[in-house]
Amino acid sequence: MLARLLPHPLLTLLLTLVWILLVNGPSAGSLLMGLGLGIVLPLLTRSFWPDRPVVRAPLRVVEYGLVVLWDICVANVQVAYLVLFKRPEELRSRFLVVPLDTRIPEAIVTLAGTITMTPGTVSCDISADGRSLLVHALDAPDPEAVVATIKQRYERRLLEIFG
Amino acid sequence: MNAPITSLLGEAIVALLLLAGSFFMIVGSFGLLRLPTLMQRLHAPTKATTLGVGGILIASMLYFVFETGRLSVHELLITLFLFLTAPVTAYMLAKAHLHRARAERELPPTGRPVGWATFDPGEGSDRSDDGSRPGR
Repeated sequence: MLARLLPHPLLTLLLTLVWILLVNGPSAGSLLMGLGLGIVLPLLTRSFWPDRPVVRAPLRVVEYGLVVLWDICVANVQVAYLVLFKRPEELRSRFLVVPLDTRIPEAIVTLAGTITMTPGTVSCDISADGRSLLVHALDAPDPEAVVATIKQRYERRLLEIFG
Repeated sequence: MNAPITSLLGEAIVALLLLAGSFFMIVGSFGLLRLPTLMQRLHAPTKATTLGVGGILIASMLYFVFETGRLSVHELLITLFLFLTAPVTAYMLAKAHLHRARAERELPPTGRPVGWATFDPGEGSDRSDDGSRPGR
């Protein structure tokens, strides 16, 4: 019964939280409205989310977020340097292929989003069986190193988070 | 009200963050102008601007903390929505570009028996028709 009413408890929690943040301050009214949205929206969109993602290590999510934020800061400076001081002809832009170990859709989406948000790389496509990502790198003199970094830094952590 | 010295320090921090944010924004826009190919230009808006927007949002949060003594959390939401939408936009642009301007043979092979999803009609997908995910 509870599982039918709340197909995605985490999503319910997240929507409630986002609503309270939108109102910019917790109050009984905003909590109630947020809870209402948090219950109705997952029910309405249930058919798009047939399964419930399992977050095995919630603390690792925080660690992952911090790692990504730090990487965004570092890599922003790198990209700024490339844009300002390198001639466009010198940039070794190329497509890379990242073979995926994880099969969990949520983990792959998070990984693709992370690759796009961290400067220097954009994820462009996925193989039809969902087992490799096509990534475009702005400047990759050593493609293998970039792929290894993506797998080592992000995918390994996502595997620990989503199991 | 804050004591003058703290508000002066606060203003300095906010101004520094605004300047840093603007710097990265302008580098992002400059990259858009300077880089020659679409795939390279795609890097500019998703890239240098993340730190640009980030710096301006942190400046805005700090400003309201210093000015009103209240924590404003709308900036965190903007960050969240930005992080949700920017990769999707970049992905759509890249996909449109692949469709329009590139043949699949120009791309590196997938390393799998099937092609890239943009070009592969989907027989290779192991996702079953009822939408359930493949086994973990």
